[in-house]
Amino acid sequence: MHPDGELEALMARYQEGDFAAATTLIRRLSPRMHRFFAVQFSSRASADDLLQETWLRIHEVRHTYRAGEPVLPWLYAIARHIRVDHYRKSGRTSAREQSLDETPEMPAPRGAPAAALTMEELLAPLPESQREVVEMLKVSGMSLEEVARATSSSVGSVKQKAFRAYEKLRERLGRLGGAS
Amino acid sequence: MRDGEIDDVLRKAAEAQPGPDPALLDKIAASIQPKMTPVRPLPPAWVLSSMLFGMCAAIAVAAARRSGMHGIEAMDKTQKLIFPALAGFIVAAAGAWVAEMIPGSKRKETPWKVLCGATFTLWALFPTIFPDRHTENFVHSGIVCFGAGLLYAVPIALAGWWLLRRGFAVDRTGAALAAGTLAGLGGLLMLELHCPNFEVTHLLVWHTAVVPISAALAVLLTKLVEIRRRHAHSG
Repeated sequence: MHPDGELEALMARYQEGDFAAATTLIRRLSPRMHRFFAVQFSSRASADDLLQETWLRIHEVRHTYRAGEPVLPWLYAIARHIRVDHYRKSGRTSAREQSLDETPEMPAPRGAPAAALTMEELLAPLPESQREVVEMLKVSGMSLEEVARATSSSVGSVKQKAFRAYEKLRERLGRLGGAS
Repeated sequence: MRDGEIDDVLRKAAEAQPGPDPALLDKIAASIQPKMTPVRPLPPAWVLSSMLFGMCAAIAVAAARRSGMHGIEAMDKTQKLIFPALAGFIVAAAGAWVAEMIPGSKRKETPWKVLCGATFTLWALFPTIFPDRHTENFVHSGIVCFGAGLLYAVPIALAGWWLLRRGFAVDRTGAALAAGTLAGLGGLLMLELHCPNFEVTHLLVWHTAVVPISAALAVLLTKLVEIRRRHAHSG
């Protein structure tokens, strides 16, 4: 079965109250979501907390998933909501966004080749909106249409963000001496 | 550096990243196990949109019948073109509201675009099909219509909220904007059916204003509720 079709079937069983399906979904989807939170927050503890909170919310609103629709945009839309709520609660939203937009670049560890950089270090210079698009598109393997659904935006806007993010990454990696 | 090479760097970095602790995943699974019950999925989006459209039209028509259908009775064929235009915007607003209430939905139009599209199209349409350029009793009759439009927007918003109560808005502001736009369009539909004042300034200012003001009030109300909730949580 196609991986997306398999996720859809698991979601349908989860909605029917099948705990084994819920456990499989948690095991299969949590690494992506954890990575999604980890690239936004440098702290692993925050990513753990947000992952837990997201699954609790997913459980509460699991009836909003509709059979035949892609699972990942639904899941990421909820994860984004949890992340934004977390920012608001901690009262850091504007300060963080401002600082990310204004900070020209986080220095890479001295002498580190591009391939040795962690995900957080690689994506750190990007504004949050570009970072999440790169994570969904290039790391989680979602399509442009799926990312547009997850971020409540248009395909054109997603393409533009990915293009700008790649321009910055190209410049940064070029300075570090390529992917070697 | 080519895009493919950047993809490789990202992929390697992702592979090297430690995943969540298996114990954490067990804890998550254990936390939902006691609440594991079957749930009824939401109906398809088109069903919800159609219900919202029907409900909005029914409330507007019922309100206009109660007050008298003087507006539509006095209109000529060209002027009645306002109704298909309003119906189109109500369909768009209903679709936008439903999309806002289902995470990861495909969005045809954003609530903001629906609001702007409806307002600017009405501003263009009213002077085209209503030729009466003179103005009389502008403020008094205008305020009565404006108040009535907003008044009937309230039951439409409440009925819509009840209909979509099982949904989950990932962007509450967007959902409120769509809800307010739909309710405002319902209020405007009622005014067009009822109000026989075809002075173009009256229509452009007081009738059309119901839509953006209703949307703005819905957003304001949502923000106030959010602020209260935040205070309640922090207190």
